[in-house]
Amino acid sequence: MPSTRLPSVVRQHLAAFRALLVLTVLTGIAYPLLITGVAQLPGLKDRANGSLVKNAAGQVVGSSEIGQLFTDDKGNPIPKYFQSRPSAAGDGYDPTSTSASNLGPESIVDAFDDPATKDTDESKQSLLTQVCARSKAIGDTEGVDGRRPFCTAAGVGAVLSVFRTEGTTGPITRVVSINEECPATPFMATYQGVKVECAEYGKDYSAGITVPIKGPGRGTGNPVPPDAVTASGSGLDPDISPAYAYLQVNRVAKARGLDPATLHRLVHDRIDGRALGFMGEPTVNVLNLNRALDATSR
Amino acid sequence: MGTNAAGVVFIVSMVLALALTYRPLGDHMARVYTSRKHLRVERGIYRLVGVDPDAEQRWVVYARSVLAFSLVSILFLYLFQRVQNHLLLALGFPAVKPALAWNTAISFTTNTNWQAYSGESTMGHLVQMAGLGVQNFVSAAVGIAVVIALVRGFARKNTDQLGNFWVDLVRTIVRILLPICVLMAIVLIAGGAIQNFHGNRSVTTLTGGSQSITGGPVASQEAIKELGTNGGGFYNANSAHPFENPTTWTNWLEIYLLLAIGFSLPRTFGKMVGSTRQGLAIVAVMAVLALGSLGANEAFQALHHGTVPTAVGAAREGTETRFGVPDSALFATGTTLTSTGAVDSFHDSYTSLGGATLLFNMMLGEVAPGGTGSGLYGMLVLAVVTVFVAGLMIGRTPEYLGKKIGSREIKFASLYFLTTPTIVLVGTGVAMALPGERAGMLNSGAHGLSEVLYAFTSAGNNNGSAFAGITVNTDWYNTALGLAMAFGRFLPMIFVLGLAGSLARQQPVPATAGTLPTHRPQFAGMLVGVTVIIVALTYFPALALGPLAEGLH
Repeated sequence: MPSTRLPSVVRQHLAAFRALLVLTVLTGIAYPLLITGVAQLPGLKDRANGSLVKNAAGQVVGSSEIGQLFTDDKGNPIPKYFQSRPSAAGDGYDPTSTSASNLGPESIVDAFDDPATKDTDESKQSLLTQVCARSKAIGDTEGVDGRRPFCTAAGVGAVLSVFRTEGTTGPITRVVSINEECPATPFMATYQGVKVECAEYGKDYSAGITVPIKGPGRGTGNPVPPDAVTASGSGLDPDISPAYAYLQVNRVAKARGLDPATLHRLVHDRIDGRALGFMGEPTVNVLNLNRALDATSR
Repeated sequence: MGTNAAGVVFIVSMVLALALTYRPLGDHMARVYTSRKHLRVERGIYRLVGVDPDAEQRWVVYARSVLAFSLVSILFLYLFQRVQNHLLLALGFPAVKPALAWNTAISFTTNTNWQAYSGESTMGHLVQMAGLGVQNFVSAAVGIAVVIALVRGFARKNTDQLGNFWVDLVRTIVRILLPICVLMAIVLIAGGAIQNFHGNRSVTTLTGGSQSITGGPVASQEAIKELGTNGGGFYNANSAHPFENPTTWTNWLEIYLLLAIGFSLPRTFGKMVGSTRQGLAIVAVMAVLALGSLGANEAFQALHHGTVPTAVGAAREGTETRFGVPDSALFATGTTLTSTGAVDSFHDSYTSLGGATLLFNMMLGEVAPGGTGSGLYGMLVLAVVTVFVAGLMIGRTPEYLGKKIGSREIKFASLYFLTTPTIVLVGTGVAMALPGERAGMLNSGAHGLSEVLYAFTSAGNNNGSAFAGITVNTDWYNTALGLAMAFGRFLPMIFVLGLAGSLARQQPVPATAGTLPTHRPQFAGMLVGVTVIIVALTYFPALALGPLAEGLH
């Protein structure tokens, strides 16, 4: 056979290449096709195709696995719909651009938008300010106290840059509320006897020590629950916590002219508990809840 | 049931399930690698490949086969991505750019599955299933093959034959990975994971907006992604994506799959060396390390220390509602203790100390239980180092399983342990020294250093998870991390096979009263100690500047 006269290195790589081709056919073509074939069985088919759901008129309106926005053209929440969590996927719930925010636990300093341009790109906000702003907005909408620790009453991160004579020690010379852009009035007038200034675009305050100020709000036990003020990992989270669903009952009932107690019961009946009683967390699927509402009221 | 109680039951159920799997799966794998019979389909494959399945290989030939197969895999996968726009099911995506294609080819071939791209906007269905999906199978099988060769080194005597790489590779896929994946992919579909060949389907949402519902053969890829400790998500959001991981119980199943082989291989090792107690000692060490790390991570996440978690009232950012914080922490711990790197929540947004424990898990070298195969060979090399240290303490010639640990063996073991830290620390240092690369960090200060350190730790240890904030899809990071993944995979494999070769040649020495028993708690405790101390001494300065500095801030 001629192949035996090839150097062993070449023979080895030829064998490697043939092995890769054979295994590609086996695990890369036959296996996924087999699974796709099995997925055509009744009971599996709808799920394998993406769990698509329809509205009252019979049109496909999305997938029950994938969350969506319930906002108007300007991005404002539509009162008659339960709202999803914040999303970092594209402009919100974009399945072609799934993402988490990836902002860290100490992401607390905002970068202001350039006043010369008109865009208001939220990605320049720190995670802290995003949380504060969402909590305030939801608190205002739902009529509860959404103030949180380390947040100002206006809904930005309550963070000071404290300048001292010796850098980290010595008397305080200057204090700037770094997330409040001038001409805002800082959330506190003085810090340890020194007047607090607002921050100006383009100034570097990194020489000061960054000090978050805790303030009066509640984190644990806040009426606006944690899932309402944070983005999910996928950006497509189809669910909200029962607490966030209950928080929205009064507003939705009013917008739809329903009895809040009836709506409360409807939400209660739609809670998906933990699998086997201990896996994961109880959830409410927002799209399914809103579809059910549309089917019974306008 | 409250959140914490449910979280505890979730963990206990996982430990029980893995304990019940240990014997049957471990024994099955031992049979697979000691059986003399070939299945008919396997004979067909050997004929097509052109290898003699009954011819065994010396360690150098075994290593050359591993490297040849991996090199061909990298080139094939690179070309596949470069021409994807001309192939079926490309969904209209252009050819993948050279640096990214290179990085991705190395990433999937080395079982790292680092992803500098978003699956849903870069890869067509054919590249996903016939390119990336294939490497999910074969890279896992290569890892197992190498550890089986090492185990044969311990089990055999007076020989230079370590088995046949092609047989080990094919049997792993045909008899272990494929049967489990077929079953589990179908179970995942039943939970709501998708399996189709649709492109993006545009729908009008309930409020009249528009949304594109993505498609793809996801479930088949998801099963091997977890079982093979690969971790490369079909979508950017990985196992947080509802189409990959739709329910609370699929989340349990995926965590179970990514731990199952790693925790069962010690049984295979015990069986093959003729003493299941030795396997039990190794799995006990893995379990102690894993539970210790898990306890720390769960505690840090539950206490949600730090400015933003305090404001929120929970470590909620980057987690899915259905999974919740405790189950997400188990997934995160499992994925970093193995070489998986799949995520169901985003580690960049974890509390500082929670994120630090995940980094520490990877720095342990992923030995508790580690990636498929690579975890056990890492742990066995650590055991070799431990008997050496113990031998020095009591003034005896170190032995492990009757094999003398002499200068040649300890050189291979030391080289193994120097490789990864060198890659990680030099890589991080160079990245931090270059202004352009430093600017790639999303977060500033200590958290930014953690992002870079995490990236190189993940690449060097072939994990593939990310503190995803950092911008890594640049030519520099794609090249540097690609090199880190390749060296971090193949240099240790060569040293392991070299060690296996020199062990197999030895005639075992009979155990005497002075032999250090390696199946008792005393040895297991010492092995835990050596593992932790090696890591702590190597990485403490870097950890102190990154996550520890941030957490103590």
